[in-house]
Amino acid sequence: MEMDWVWGLVGGGLIGLGGAVFLLGNGRIMGASGIIGGLIDGSGRSNTAERLAFLVGVVVMPMMLLPLYEGGVDTHLTSNIGVIIAAGLLVGVGTRIANGCTSGHGVCGISRLSLRGIVATVFYILAGGLTIVLFRHILGVI
Amino acid sequence: MQRLLLALLSGGLFGAGLFVSGMTDTTKVQGWLDVFGNWDPTLAFVMGGAIVPMFFAWRLTSGRAPLVGGDFPDAPRPEMDHRLITGSVLFGMGWGLAGLCPGPAIASLSYNGSGGFIFMGAMLLGMGLAPIAGRQLDGLAAKV
Repeated sequence: MEMDWVWGLVGGGLIGLGGAVFLLGNGRIMGASGIIGGLIDGSGRSNTAERLAFLVGVVVMPMMLLPLYEGGVDTHLTSNIGVIIAAGLLVGVGTRIANGCTSGHGVCGISRLSLRGIVATVFYILAGGLTIVLFRHILGVI
Repeated sequence: MQRLLLALLSGGLFGAGLFVSGMTDTTKVQGWLDVFGNWDPTLAFVMGGAIVPMFFAWRLTSGRAPLVGGDFPDAPRPEMDHRLITGSVLFGMGWGLAGLCPGPAIASLSYNGSGGFIFMGAMLLGMGLAPIAGRQLDGLAAKV
C-alpha cells in the first residue's frame, strides 16, 4: 500500500522515542535481544525488574492498539513449524553472540555512529537477503 | 519506581512503533530483504524514522547523567571481532527465514498465534545456548 512508508516513518519515530526514553531516563541501550537475553542467561540478574517492565510495555501496547484495526492484523507468519523453530534458534543464538539485533545494533548503534553497529547491520541484512534468495527463489521453501 | 515506569513507557513506545510501522508483519520484513522479488522499502523508513530521535538522544547524553542517576553506556568499542560477524550472520539467516527479529517477536505475542509462541520458545532456547555456542566459535576462531 502507498501509505505504508508514512506509517513506517511514524512507527520508526515511536521506536526512536522509546530508545531515547530508555537512554536519557535509565541510561540504558534499548536492545530487544539484550533485554530479554539477559533474563535467560542470568547476565541481567541485577536489573530483572527493569527488563520485565520494558517487556510488559512491548507486549501490552500492541495488544491495546489491536482493537483499533478493524479486521485485525495478520503477521503472515509461516505455518511451517520446522522453519519457525530453525529461525527462532538462529535468531536467539545469533543475536546473543553478536551482542545485539535490529534495535540494539541497528537503531541504537547506527544512531551513535558505532562502527560495530554498522558492521553488524550490514552483515545481518546481507545474510537475510541471501537467505531469501536461497530459500525462496532457489529452493522454494519459504 | 521511576526506573520501572520509564522502562514501561519505553517498552510501550517501542511496541507501539513496531505495531503501527507494520514491522510485526513478516511479509514486510521479508519483502525488504527480497531484493530480487517484490521489494518492500518500508523497513528503511522505519529504521530512518527511529535513528533520527536516537541520534539527538545520544547528543543529549554528553555532559549529563541519566534521569534516574547512574552513568550512560560506555562509548562504543572500536574493535571488530569474529563474534560480531558470525553472530550477525546467524541472526540474519533466522531473520530472513521467518521475517521476525526479537523486538517484533515480542510485540506480536498477543496476536501471532501458536507459531509466535513456538518462535519465542526457540529464540529463548537459542539465547540460552548462545554462551556455549559462543565458546565453540572462539575455539574455532583460535584455530583459523
